Amino acid sequence: MAIASSLHREVRLSLGEKFRQISWSLLLFVAAVAAIGFAMLYSAANGNFDPWASRQMVRFGIGIFLMIGAALVDIRYWMRLAYPFYFVALALLGAVDVIGADAMGAQRWIDLKVIQLQPSELMKVGLILALARYFHGIGTDRIHRIWLLFVPLVLVVAPVLLVLKQPDLGTAAMLLASGGAMFFLAGVRLWKFALVVVGGVGAVPLVWHFLRPYQRARIEIFLDPELDPLGKGYHSLQSKIALGSGGMFGKGWLLGTQSHLNFLPEKQTDFIFTMLAEEFGLVGGLILLTLYMLLLVYGVAIALRSRNQFGRLLAMGISVTFFLYVFVNIAMVMGLIPVVGVPLPLISYGGTAMLSILFAFGLIMSVYVHRDVRIGRTGISPLA
Amino acid sequence: MRQLDQIQTKQFGRRTAILVGGKLALFAALVGRMYYLQVVESEKYQTLAEDNRINLRLLPPPRGRILDRFGVPLAVNRQNYHVVVVREEAVDISATLDLLGQIISLSDEDKRRILRESERKRAFVPITVRENLTWEEFSRVEVNTPDLPGVRTEVGQSRYYPYGEALAHSVGYVAAASDKELDGDPLLELPDFRIGKAGIEKVYDSELRGSAGTSQIEVNARGRVIRELARDEGVPGKDVTLTIDFELQKFLIDRISQERSAAAVLMDSHTGDVLAMGSTPGFDPNEFNEGLSAARWKDLTSDVLSPLTNKATSGQFAPGSTFKVAVALAALESGAADPSTRVSCQGVIQLGDATFHCWKHEGHGVLDMHGGIKNSCDVYFYEMARRTGIDKIAEMASRLGLGSLTGIDLTGERPGLIPTREWKKATIGQSWTQGETLITGIGQGFVLATPLQLAVMLSRVTSGGRAIVPRVRRSADAGVVQVAASQSEPRSLGISPGSLQVVLSGLNAVVNEQGGTAYRARITQAGWEMGGKSGSAQVRRITLAEREHKKIRPEDKPWRERDNALFIAFAPVQAPRYVCSVLVEHGGGGSVAAAPIARDVLIEAQRRDPLGAQPDQPVVRGTDNPKVPS
Repeated sequence: MAIASSLHREVRLSLGEKFRQISWSLLLFVAAVAAIGFAMLYSAANGNFDPWASRQMVRFGIGIFLMIGAALVDIRYWMRLAYPFYFVALALLGAVDVIGADAMGAQRWIDLKVIQLQPSELMKVGLILALARYFHGIGTDRIHRIWLLFVPLVLVVAPVLLVLKQPDLGTAAMLLASGGAMFFLAGVRLWKFALVVVGGVGAVPLVWHFLRPYQRARIEIFLDPELDPLGKGYHSLQSKIALGSGGMFGKGWLLGTQSHLNFLPEKQTDFIFTMLAEEFGLVGGLILLTLYMLLLVYGVAIALRSRNQFGRLLAMGISVTFFLYVFVNIAMVMGLIPVVGVPLPLISYGGTAMLSILFAFGLIMSVYVHRDVRIGRTGISPLA
Repeated sequence: MRQLDQIQTKQFGRRTAILVGGKLALFAALVGRMYYLQVVESEKYQTLAEDNRINLRLLPPPRGRILDRFGVPLAVNRQNYHVVVVREEAVDISATLDLLGQIISLSDEDKRRILRESERKRAFVPITVRENLTWEEFSRVEVNTPDLPGVRTEVGQSRYYPYGEALAHSVGYVAAASDKELDGDPLLELPDFRIGKAGIEKVYDSELRGSAGTSQIEVNARGRVIRELARDEGVPGKDVTLTIDFELQKFLIDRISQERSAAAVLMDSHTGDVLAMGSTPGFDPNEFNEGLSAARWKDLTSDVLSPLTNKATSGQFAPGSTFKVAVALAALESGAADPSTRVSCQGVIQLGDATFHCWKHEGHGVLDMHGGIKNSCDVYFYEMARRTGIDKIAEMASRLGLGSLTGIDLTGERPGLIPTREWKKATIGQSWTQGETLITGIGQGFVLATPLQLAVMLSRVTSGGRAIVPRVRRSADAGVVQVAASQSEPRSLGISPGSLQVVLSGLNAVVNEQGGTAYRARITQAGWEMGGKSGSAQVRRITLAEREHKKIRPEDKPWRERDNALFIAFAPVQAPRYVCSVLVEHGGGGSVAAAPIARDVLIEAQRRDPLGAQPDQPVVRGTDNPKVPS
């Protein structure tokens, strides 16, 4: 009972206590990364707030409130909302097929007039929430029961298939990867992963068959960029030229010649890191990477300090997904992996992505604020 | 519950540690890659980036002008006003063109061409709508540009020959380079760049052309110009000053234009400076610059009077009696004859079975060298040729500049022909006959010479046997005044002054002594008198029937069959300075058709000579009298 009473105090946090519990330093680092993003969007528009930087700042302003709001909401409430959130996102993904707007041959957005909603961004958070909830429910003791893995597999595969249909190979791969990380964190045996990997490799020819020509071309050109330096390999080569020519200290803010002369494609979205590296050089790139590392350290530390499995899985899942985006985007612009449409978190221009990420960080904060809450298998505190 | 909690915590901790390790490894990979690209390979990418960014654009240098000896511009660059349209700025290009068509005339063909080009070219590339607008049209478009989105007026440069036909043959013309003419100069690949195609424009093209400037332009990936980074203006083409005196040129052209087809050269017999040279009919060199239509080109090239040919340097004609100058000198120098050698002319001379006629059927009677030249007696020169032999004649003719290129700095010069035994053997495959020597003696048969060569020949005689070489570009190009001391005298041809004197006195008699063949064309102004030699070269064999008919006046023959009329003259007789050579194609008798032209040109030349006011004063040879524009 002594333990129970001590918990009782922490479980019933007042709003003011919760507010003080918020990790303001984490918020500061998030804001720092976003600020770098504003500077780059300002530069991408040749020294103008229009059209990107100003809108991105407004979204960040909204997103900050969303983040704090999410942090203050009780973690158990988020757990109860996990499945509804997931299914709403899934439904929206399905709806994209019907009412989505085209962008470069792929349907990714739903035009809500106020905002161009990109359901795949919501799904990134929704999937982690749903899997965290599910694995929290079965617990580590029952994880070895293979039939219990059927439901989470469906939870992962359903959105992946819908996203592939858009088609958005990059996001599909990201969903698959963050889903896999959740399985791994939940304690699924390593040999099962090995089995999936072997099965996956076996399926490569089959997948290749279903890939769109442009997707095949991207992979082929990644494997041999000299194939087509002015065509599909152009983006990758131009990105490397811009990045490499930045050198140690860069060409200076607003002075990146390659980016400003439009040699660099999609500099405000997927290739924004290239512009940063061109203008601020290796030093600038490393500073951003360090900030990202700090955000990840927060994620890991919060996950480890959480006393409920849902919170751990949620914090760590978001953290891993965040890392995957950072890694894939930067590896892509540096020519380490094929060009896939993956934005750089907190920096790339994009409303839904920005809001999703801030919301996700709000969830991490919520995990931190409610780190000592114990939650039963059904999602209700044993003491409530 | 607690046990599960512990297990979960431990396992989660392990798995997190593995993931964190993985993340760190991948981050390390990113940092490594970044270091590789931005530090190790940085230089390579910086080079590539520069190439990406900077385009070199050529700036065509202004072409040098061509001036006459007093600085009168003969070829200049004129502002070429043109209108262009930029597709991306014009909202509706065909509507814009319709509007523009109300301001300046635009043919439907033009409109179609522009629309076609606008579809092919990139949106920001200007398309030429019309070139060579008048100032009035240009201003009208200028005023209306606010209502014509995408329409811009531009000013370029194009070559302009203010005097058109007057100098077409010596100055030449410019046109776009053909593939064969590409010499590695990138300028030639510019679509509207022009190079010299003929005449001075071609001979001195490299000097006139100058060298290209460059403009380093920053462009984006689509080739759009962002701004200019650096500019090198290049070297403008140099002006070229000619020996031509435009006033004399104009006079000469006007004078020969009265004939259907003629050519004339006026040169300074001391320096070889060509003061005027012309060939009619001519053409307007401006047409070439603007782009000749196929039909016009066909007209020009198929015209029997060959307007494109400079007959003064490229027309090869039998020199007729003008060649007797060379034959007389050959006879005197070889010792085959002396001035007092007498020949009796009965109108014909027999050689074996062949009969050779003098132009005067009744014969000249007994003549010495002076009389032979004065009367242009054919029999006298048959005899001279027979005594001298073809080898000596050919040798003297070449010394006087015949049979080979004079080396004038113009394009298209032809060498003429002085026949020799070897030449006949090689080209016809037969041995030389003595009859051919006789025919050669009166400048007929195989002999061919250009009017310029005949002028050079006479210059060499009047200048005391010096190897005068004609030229069209002034040697001291920079200024009007030539310094006498800086000029080395042309080498001597080794002809004895005595022989030259005999010939010159004969040439004087031709014009100034009663009974001379060109007496009627003499100059009467005291001190300006000219000497000369006529030539009437048959263009077809005279048949026996015609000879028996005797009196066939040239006017009665079809134009094509009439003799070519030639006249070579020099003035003033006492101190020769100017030499003039005239050819009138199918003009008939040289003394009738060509001599008056030479006379008028020589009078004009002496009238314009500042020393002409004191014609008695001898001119010291070897100095080029400074002339000032009058």
